[in-house]
Amino acid sequence: MIRTSIASRVIAHFLLIVGIVIVVFPIYYVFVASTHSLMDILRPPLPLWPGNQFLHNYYEAIFGGVAKIGGVGVGRLLWNTTVVAVCVAVGKIGISILSAYAVVFFRFPLRMTFFWLIFITLMLPVEVRILPTYKVMVELHLVDTFGGLILPLIASATATLLFRQFFMTIPPELLEAARVDGAGPARFFLDILLPLSRTNIAALFVILFIYGWTQYLWPLLVTNSNDMNTIVIGLRKMISFADADTQWHLVMVTCIFAILPPILIVVLMQRWFVKGLVESEK
Amino acid sequence: MATIALNDVKKSYGRTEVIHGVTMEIEDGELIVIVGPSGCGKSTLLRMVAGLEAISSGEISIAGRVVNNLEPRERDIAMVFQNYALYPHMSVYDNMAYGLKIAKLSKQEIAERVDKAATMLELKPYLGRKPSALSGGQRQRVAMGRALVRNPAAFLFDEPLSNLDAKLRVQMRLEIKQLQRSVGTTSLYVTHDQVEAMTLADRLIVMNAGVAEQIDTPMNVYSQPATIFVAGFIGSPAMNLLPAVAGAPGKGLQLADGTTVKPRETRFPEAGREVYLGVRPEHLVPVNDLNADIEVKVLAIETLGADTLAHGLVGGSHGSASNLVVRMPGNAAVRAGDTLPLAIEPGMTHLFDRRSGKRIG
Repeated sequence: MIRTSIASRVIAHFLLIVGIVIVVFPIYYVFVASTHSLMDILRPPLPLWPGNQFLHNYYEAIFGGVAKIGGVGVGRLLWNTTVVAVCVAVGKIGISILSAYAVVFFRFPLRMTFFWLIFITLMLPVEVRILPTYKVMVELHLVDTFGGLILPLIASATATLLFRQFFMTIPPELLEAARVDGAGPARFFLDILLPLSRTNIAALFVILFIYGWTQYLWPLLVTNSNDMNTIVIGLRKMISFADADTQWHLVMVTCIFAILPPILIVVLMQRWFVKGLVESEK
Repeated sequence: MATIALNDVKKSYGRTEVIHGVTMEIEDGELIVIVGPSGCGKSTLLRMVAGLEAISSGEISIAGRVVNNLEPRERDIAMVFQNYALYPHMSVYDNMAYGLKIAKLSKQEIAERVDKAATMLELKPYLGRKPSALSGGQRQRVAMGRALVRNPAAFLFDEPLSNLDAKLRVQMRLEIKQLQRSVGTTSLYVTHDQVEAMTLADRLIVMNAGVAEQIDTPMNVYSQPATIFVAGFIGSPAMNLLPAVAGAPGKGLQLADGTTVKPRETRFPEAGREVYLGVRPEHLVPVNDLNADIEVKVLAIETLGADTLAHGLVGGSHGSASNLVVRMPGNAAVRAGDTLPLAIEPGMTHLFDRRSGKRIG
């Protein structure tokens, strides 16, 4: 136990509260604005308390279809984004855990070459290879499809490296014990490696889900039709240069919907993977 | 239950040969201990029997079947590892049952076998626990249980007691011995601990630098060591080895400082042959000056309670002194600085050729 005086505790709490207010206020304000009518938002001063348009605004955003984004409802955008984020996260984890398994536990010719090839892709972010990738997607007729949105984002050198580091900490005797017990490579992977990696998988899922959810540049390029947009793109399209032209109340509702899922994932998964950490570290 | 046979088994990594051809037969139900200093190749040899290391040349057969190119699971063996290698995410029950599940035994059969092994090892109260909730000794038992339930042709133990504290090690040593007796499974056991080796083994393999120096019962290894290495490795404190030259017939041996020793009931080699005279510390007895074979200048005394060890020098006059250790009763009145006249018990000498390191006679 660290003993602290009352004064230092008060100061610490004060600083923490100030910090929280600074972080939370913009989000709170988005919520407030999403419950007012457009006229209220545009007429100064800005209201600080929630208004009475909550149901009306949310109903309109979800079911109405916003003119600016081609009449597509927020529901459709959310669906698109969820599919992309989940597929990217699951796909990245699936591919990287398998490639790490191959690199760490199997002896095959050019093993280290392959490892370095994976490693080198770290130096080539999406932006650098965006034109050739786009060209490939066009040739494969994947523009405006989930495939086009997901596939180019699905390989991950970072996750491969993370899994590789983790696999290297697994004592070789565990593999040998499994071999003596009669487990082949697939069984060892499914029965032993996968359960042991669950904490890593949970942590990576959180990070990669948010990564997929907040993608901007690639979805912007690869989607033309409005009903394949992700929520971030939809949000951008709803805002026009002229202030009066923008339906700020609906923008704010969309913002709330864009923020909510990542927050939920973090809150729910955090519990789960902290529990996993405690279990395996005993 | 089965025999294991090794025929000129060799192992090399690249051009470096680490096991230089080991040949031996293990009888059905026998417990063989491979002992040697670290890096002597004993674990490699065991892992070759297990199928975890490839065999460079030679032949290993288990139960009369050549297993050189078989996977570990096809060899019908079970192995206990030094760090236990339990699956950390599985309960004790699942750890023991895993191999049986893979072998596609029925649920009932698995439950019966695990139950039997758990009863034998007193693990029943812990079957639902994870390995992380067990003590070192209990984990060790689970590792043995995992081997036991398989009902294999042979057990392979790779320094299974090294991670336990001294007291537990003695206890587990006895348990392993009793267990092996009661199930009667042929076993190969690797250790660097000579006490473990002596107490457990039906027969010992003493290994050094990739060579099996001697394969014999513990008592024979102790009383008739085949080489200088075995003489120095088995027994604690180690056997005293004094460089000497055989004298003319009837003249005994000449030590490095020129003094002559003529131990009783010893067959001396031909004159001029360079040898080591080996005497165990417990076979040196303090006597009066007239009956002494050698004299030792005591440098230090170690009191162990039951025994007292006197460390000293023999023939120190020409700078060619050799260290000597004498084991005496706990109440022996010796002090550092004394000169101790010693007799070698009749027939308790060991002579080794100085060039080949082999035992003479």
